[in-house]
Amino acid sequence: MAGGGGVRWRLCRGVRLGHDPVRDTGVLLHPEGVLLLNETGAAVLALCDGTADVDGITAALSRRYAAVAAEDVEQFVRRLARRHLIEPDDPTETGR
Amino acid sequence: MSAAPQDGRPLGLLAELTYRCPLRCAYCSNPVDPGASAGELAFAEWCRVLDEARALGVLQVHLSGGEPLVRRDLPGIVAHAHRIGLYTSLITGGQALSAARLAALTAAGLDHVQLSVQDARAAEADAIAGRPVHARKLAAAALVVRAGLPLTVNAVLHRANIGSVPALVALAEHLRADRLELANAQYYGWALLNRRALLPTREQADAAEAAVRAARRRLGDGRPEIVYVPADLHDDVPKPCMQGWGARQLTVAPDGKVLPCPAAAQISGLAFLTVRQAPLEEIWFRSPAFNRFRGTDWMREPCRSCPRRELDHGGCRCQAFQLTGDAAATDPVCRLSPHHALVTGIVRDAGERPAEPVPRRSPPCGLNSCRAPHSSSRPAGSRRPTCPCCRPPCSARCRSAAPVSGSATSSSVPG
Repeated sequence: MAGGGGVRWRLCRGVRLGHDPVRDTGVLLHPEGVLLLNETGAAVLALCDGTADVDGITAALSRRYAAVAAEDVEQFVRRLARRHLIEPDDPTETGR
Repeated sequence: MSAAPQDGRPLGLLAELTYRCPLRCAYCSNPVDPGASAGELAFAEWCRVLDEARALGVLQVHLSGGEPLVRRDLPGIVAHAHRIGLYTSLITGGQALSAARLAALTAAGLDHVQLSVQDARAAEADAIAGRPVHARKLAAAALVVRAGLPLTVNAVLHRANIGSVPALVALAEHLRADRLELANAQYYGWALLNRRALLPTREQADAAEAAVRAARRRLGDGRPEIVYVPADLHDDVPKPCMQGWGARQLTVAPDGKVLPCPAAAQISGLAFLTVRQAPLEEIWFRSPAFNRFRGTDWMREPCRSCPRRELDHGGCRCQAFQLTGDAAATDPVCRLSPHHALVTGIVRDAGERPAEPVPRRSPPCGLNSCRAPHSSSRPAGSRRPTCPCCRPPCSARCRSAAPVSGSATSSSVPG
């Protein structure tokens, strides 16, 4: 499946998306640490709500940003999944 | 789409709420003698510290100790941290984590629990902890999972339990932990005192790493995720300690002392301020102690021209100080250090001439200015009652203390 083809992504248990007013940046807070996000990274994660697959995330991003490549989104999503920050919404999917 | 760069502000705060702990683990990295302390920070002071930390850029607070559950005001501290946007992790031994206490912490907004186990085998675990607590810990783990909180099981590895890596993985799977942290002992505080008793042999360290690799292969991307902290002294490349001095994290000790890492207070010649003396922002950015080993300008050779200087930051300042007496020396773990033979000698020596571990003792609780000695040093035949705040007994005077933040009624363990 490798991220696309219908695997819908959500944040793992104990992972929170937030905004840091001190740095004025998106942040992903998780048991092992903190990820400071740039704007598109935060936008992708906001779309990881269990309803969108990589194509859906790419389409939603394309409405807000120019030149969003599905393969960039997929790479980002895979990297986060490997770090146990996001997971497939359907636990029977491996997604990876 | 990658993460934004670091900005010189800290991301994490290790809040050591207390050094009190009912367990006796010989590998504890808390200081053997915390020194003349002004007692523990009060609830209102911790709230102020959290406010200052958040304003400084801290996003995550690790509530640790000692055993943080000995503080009755812990749910209030969690609630305050949560209210101001901090991610809260409870670092606990778990023996006092009842359903009611966990419910209060969950309601307060606790995000994550890290629970220590001493071994996968109950009798061995209880022997290391010095108390029959293993079964309670397993019950606490089940409560955490049932509450829907992410659970990290942590085991500190040393000679007596490093062979249990496969069993620890199986235990973490059984407990449905999200993460298993297998951390070789770090030799500070009590662990330094007990180094000869605790250090695994090189063969043991290699076998543990092989077991971790095998478990990771078997688990793939599944749970638990295994975080492995290797046996530092067996290596010849130093650890990137704290990701650099005063770079990403800070520690506030129970008495309010602000440190770049939990072990740094021992380094002589550095004046560490407390949160009662200056705001965190001033201490982080402008105190000489926090600036002393920042970046790379302080380095001498062989670090100064080393291509790894931005990767390992010269290793651990505390370890350099402990082994050479000079905190600005290259960490002797590094094979390029002129002192590297010290480290190979320590590993060899521990293998050839092992020792018996000295169990950790809790410091006096500090309530009512209690400074009395502990049971191990009290005269034979003396019949001091058990202090309700700290076990083993420290003083009769403690007993009359109205438990301030805490008492040990639920945290002290029959033993």
